[in-house]
Amino acid sequence: MKHEKIIAKLFFLSAFLSCLITFSIIGFLLIPGLPLFWEGHLFAILTTPWAPDDNQFGIYPMVAGSIAISLLTIMFAFPLSLGCAALISLEDKNKSGIFVRKIVEMMTGVPTVIYGFVGIFLLVPLMRDFFNAGSGMCILTAALMLTLLVSPTMILLFCDSFAQVPKSYGDAIMAMGGTQTQKFLYITLPNSKSGIITGITLALGRVMGDTLIVLMIAGNAVQVPGSPLDSVRALTSHIALVFAADYSSPEFKAIFACGIFLYIFSSILAVITNFTRNR
Amino acid sequence: MKTKKKFIVCVSAIILTLSINSFAGSMDMFNNEKGAIRIAGGTAHIPVMKEAAARIMTQNPDIHISIAGGGSGAGIKQAGEGLVDIGNSGRKATKKEITRFNLKMFKWAVDGVGIVVNPANRVRTLSQVQVAAIFRGDITNWQKVGGYNKRINLYTRDNASGTRAVFWKKALKKGKIAANANFVVSNGAMKAAVSQDPYAIGYVSVGHIDSSIAAVAFNGIQPVLANVQSGRYPIARGLYSNTKGRPTGLVKKFIDYLFTEEGQKIVTQKGFVPVKYF
Repeated sequence: MKHEKIIAKLFFLSAFLSCLITFSIIGFLLIPGLPLFWEGHLFAILTTPWAPDDNQFGIYPMVAGSIAISLLTIMFAFPLSLGCAALISLEDKNKSGIFVRKIVEMMTGVPTVIYGFVGIFLLVPLMRDFFNAGSGMCILTAALMLTLLVSPTMILLFCDSFAQVPKSYGDAIMAMGGTQTQKFLYITLPNSKSGIITGITLALGRVMGDTLIVLMIAGNAVQVPGSPLDSVRALTSHIALVFAADYSSPEFKAIFACGIFLYIFSSILAVITNFTRNR
Repeated sequence: MKTKKKFIVCVSAIILTLSINSFAGSMDMFNNEKGAIRIAGGTAHIPVMKEAAARIMTQNPDIHISIAGGGSGAGIKQAGEGLVDIGNSGRKATKKEITRFNLKMFKWAVDGVGIVVNPANRVRTLSQVQVAAIFRGDITNWQKVGGYNKRINLYTRDNASGTRAVFWKKALKKGKIAANANFVVSNGAMKAAVSQDPYAIGYVSVGHIDSSIAAVAFNGIQPVLANVQSGRYPIARGLYSNTKGRPTGLVKKFIDYLFTEEGQKIVTQKGFVPVKYF
């Protein structure tokens, strides 16, 4: 009994500590960032361009860049992941499914810098020659590489949620003469909705938060993208690039706004994930 | 006649021993030294830093020297905050930075910033007006400056870069850089990007120019060591190592080493202009 109490307290302590760290991070971001709120600059920062030489420190191009990259990545990764997950979970003993699963599991462990490297030396020249516009460092290239990064996580999450659908449901539809496709479309898919939403939100969070791939292959140009072939800078890359600036400069203060935006965004995603899981 | 010969032999022997002594001397100061030096900042400095560090560390295994990039801004900031022992910068620290961090600057080389294109590009000379127009985004096709009918891909560095600072001031005359320019994070990354992209234009420290990229003459003047040295090539700047307060101990010895004959020889070897002549 005594042991249990000690252990309970230990667990409480660790939970408390992790909460504390989370809150102190938001505090750390808000305190230097607060002047931006007071002076009503936050909205201006989110909607104006970045031109340090002209005293403009808006992060709108970066916000637009991050959103463009994330949405395009999910557009690629979602159908791909859904298809892979379907192949893996379709039948009980299909060899190709097992093979794909093994590869996918292996891919979850590849460090992002490897993807960045492969991207810059293989994909970027390919995109440059194929589209014959721009330098090949663009939203599309980054999104393709990020698709490789997030798909494994999405696939495994989808597989897990497919596996949670009771087998008897599927058996029932098969007994009525349904096909594998019908079973997947009308039984498996509707019953794993929350798992799918969780997968998408987690992937979105990961794409938004990724720094290295976008820094290496998105081109980092400060402009609001007009096409998927434009070079853009993501919020995370912006922080990495401006970080070297003087601490007291307005450039440096502006990257706190980037931090706050990223934090708010990931918090919203976390809430959505929690919400769908609890249902 | 004989005496003259003897005299020459004598003198050359003396010079030889002296020079051997001075060589041994530059390494001697590290004898029985131990410890670590952390270096970060300017990426133009890295080839010299690496070579100096390699020589010191092979002779003295107890000394460990770590070298990181980050750009001139990061170098000054990190040295000022005591995160590193030596912060390199490709520009002078501003007065504000010097007073706030109590920085001591050591200029051990002069470096040019060369405009570079891919070797497949046939453009080998550009005027200041053309360079400014290209980077402003007014000229977007290589044909307009004597190249093939291909678009121009701009590559630039982030604001923390000292290479960018001198290029912006002396080549662009503080003109605008087009919004669609790609940003790379170091001299090395610039070289990699330009050598990969046949339609690229960028700028690197002269010490980084090799056969993988092609240098472009600026107003007809080649960005080569001799022209930087004579002052004919205008896009030039000092390479600085900064410390917080007066350097002491091992850090001081490392900086002193850069100013020895051997140190300055490394500077020349890596394509920079030395500040001391022996």
